[in-house]
Amino acid sequence: MSVSTESEQLAYIASQAADARVNVEVETDEGMTLNLGPQHPATHGTLRIVAKLDGEKVVAAEPIMGYMHRGYEKLTEVRTYPQVTTLINRIDWLGSFANEVPFILAAEQLMEVEAPPRAQWIRTILFELSRIANVCLFLGDMAVQVGATTPVFYAFRDREFVLNQIERVTGGRFHPNFDRIGGLKDDLPKGWIEETRGALDRMKSFCDEMEELVLGNEIFQARTRNIGVIPGDIALSYGLSGANLRASGVDWDIRRDANVGLVYDQVDWKVWTHPDGDSFARFWVRLQETREACNIIDQLLGTIPSGPIMAKVPRIIKVPAGEAYVATENPLGEMGYYVVSKGDLTPFRVKIRSASFSNMSITPWVLKDVFVPDIISILASLYFILGDIDR
Amino acid sequence: MIELLALNPSWWQETFLIKVPIGLLAVLLPAGTIVYLYLFKAISFMQSRLGPMEAGPYGSLQLLAEVGKWLQKEDIFPSKADKFVFAAAPFVVLMSTFLLVVVLPAGPDALFVDLDAGIYLAMAVSSVSVIGILMAGWSSANKYSLLGGIRAAGQLIAYELPLILAVVGVVIQAGTMNMQGIVLAQAEGEIFGWGGIGNPFILTQFIGFFIFMIAVQAELTQAPFDMPVAESELVTGYLTEYSGIRFLLFFIGEFASAGVFSAIAAVLFFGGWYVPGIDAGSQVFNVIGPLVLATKTMLIAFLIFWFRFTFPRFREDQLQRLAWKFLIPLSLANIAITGVLKVAV
Repeated sequence: MSVSTESEQLAYIASQAADARVNVEVETDEGMTLNLGPQHPATHGTLRIVAKLDGEKVVAAEPIMGYMHRGYEKLTEVRTYPQVTTLINRIDWLGSFANEVPFILAAEQLMEVEAPPRAQWIRTILFELSRIANVCLFLGDMAVQVGATTPVFYAFRDREFVLNQIERVTGGRFHPNFDRIGGLKDDLPKGWIEETRGALDRMKSFCDEMEELVLGNEIFQARTRNIGVIPGDIALSYGLSGANLRASGVDWDIRRDANVGLVYDQVDWKVWTHPDGDSFARFWVRLQETREACNIIDQLLGTIPSGPIMAKVPRIIKVPAGEAYVATENPLGEMGYYVVSKGDLTPFRVKIRSASFSNMSITPWVLKDVFVPDIISILASLYFILGDIDR
Repeated sequence: MIELLALNPSWWQETFLIKVPIGLLAVLLPAGTIVYLYLFKAISFMQSRLGPMEAGPYGSLQLLAEVGKWLQKEDIFPSKADKFVFAAAPFVVLMSTFLLVVVLPAGPDALFVDLDAGIYLAMAVSSVSVIGILMAGWSSANKYSLLGGIRAAGQLIAYELPLILAVVGVVIQAGTMNMQGIVLAQAEGEIFGWGGIGNPFILTQFIGFFIFMIAVQAELTQAPFDMPVAESELVTGYLTEYSGIRFLLFFIGEFASAGVFSAIAAVLFFGGWYVPGIDAGSQVFNVIGPLVLATKTMLIAFLIFWFRFTFPRFREDQLQRLAWKFLIPLSLANIAITGVLKVAV
């Protein structure tokens, strides 16, 4: 590395020191360093938490990310716009369709096309279905992280119905790759709307079940109430978004407050917030949001307009030069794509603002002075997907 | 039982040909049944899945397959482990389970040793497993194991006390510490002058039973008290570094002690080998007694596993608080009430 200025030199030294700090476990006199991950059952993948312990109490904790970095921002630069959706499907792999939407919307904004109403409706329905598919698993997984093994099986069982509905439309259970610039790939299959209502009923009863089995359980409440409390202003200053922010009492939802391209304004729905900001509040908000998503889809299913599902777009998509940032309220929080185009077949630069990465930044603050078991329950309640952190 | 066989075996014949095989059977058979019925099947049905179905009819031979797999695995020692302690720990844990069986009566004559202070011995040897778990946690040279071992030690010592105090109520009511005597006291007891079903102590000692089962749950480190092995945070606590046969020994120890503790609960609170309708002195009980006891044991063991599959786990400080601030005062009150009633009635 050629070092030119003094500030660059200092930055280089600082980065080297940071690497050294996290890669060498320093045994101190006061306590011990516990290295959670990158291979650890509670990190859903390859997150690493280096925690300095005093007994069971955490003195300091630091998340180390990047073990699963796949370079999507760079890879998008060598793919044409329609090809990019295949990649970004894999960012938040539990709610894949929701990843495609903001990118497509940003590209549409640059091309100045708008999807026809029917496409917008179906997009919103699929968007909310992928939210259910994603958050449903959180509801089960959170219980596993505090020690109850059974709820996660119920989550997988009932999530299956939602995934089946996504599959019926898109052909993909995990990675639909269904959104197109100017509309959608296909129309809804026959009888899909009734089947989806069935799946939603299933999901509503699942939410009731979770409320009884997990939320109402005294031990669960003892493990989550007043644990990992994040006040609203702290949450804002760390850039939290999504349910984590709303659980801290901040009434902010992009679907309502900064909606682009999706039809949430056509539906009667409610943004749920909880004043406590603890792990319990985060679970509660997500549970209510799953119900609310069922409610939104229920209303949208009844009002899908007829018409085409693709706007007129050229066969070979060249996006005019310009910049656009579109963010949507994804299952994990605010997800945005900042797309810079130079008028080529491929984007010039794409910056992905993924929710989990920003949500992760609060961990050193919130994991201070908690017990080791609480590390797990707080991380679970913050709810991250490793693909969404590392991209 | 030995008298029943009308043989006159020498000491070594009696020990190695009769007592040791029966002892092994008494420990391993309930353990295997519990693992298959509850850990494999009941949990699966609760979780809307089928569980093992391939090995044998309804997967009934799955356990043999698992044991075969464990036996084939390499016996790995971590490079920094304290080798001797690491190797010995599972045996210490298993030993406490086997010692518990010694005093369990399964019929009027079907028992190994008729100790006057049988229940006292049972409570004493059940604490030995703590040493094994601490040994395992410490010698693994793994931070997760260490945390798990320390948590287990703290928890087991804390719950030893309510366990013993819950038993004291039964001992007061039965007037003996001999486990055979406790069974007979229940068989020959009367409920307000009516001796139709004897007097199983669950009727009067239900608080004791409640505390006993909670304490047993904690002693066995089953959820909601499975903080020492908390698989989602400590990997598997003190078991993390164990593999192959040594893991198998821990595994047997865990489920065999679940069986043995259930059997002790059956003896203390449900009349042990006695069923109403047959005279307690009858020789029939030497044959059906073990079956009766096994049935009661399995029903109680189901409770343990039902809770295990349903509840989330307590945090370490919360479960200590539960033991010291709730269970121990409650059991002391139970003893006081039992004592007063024993003297007054």
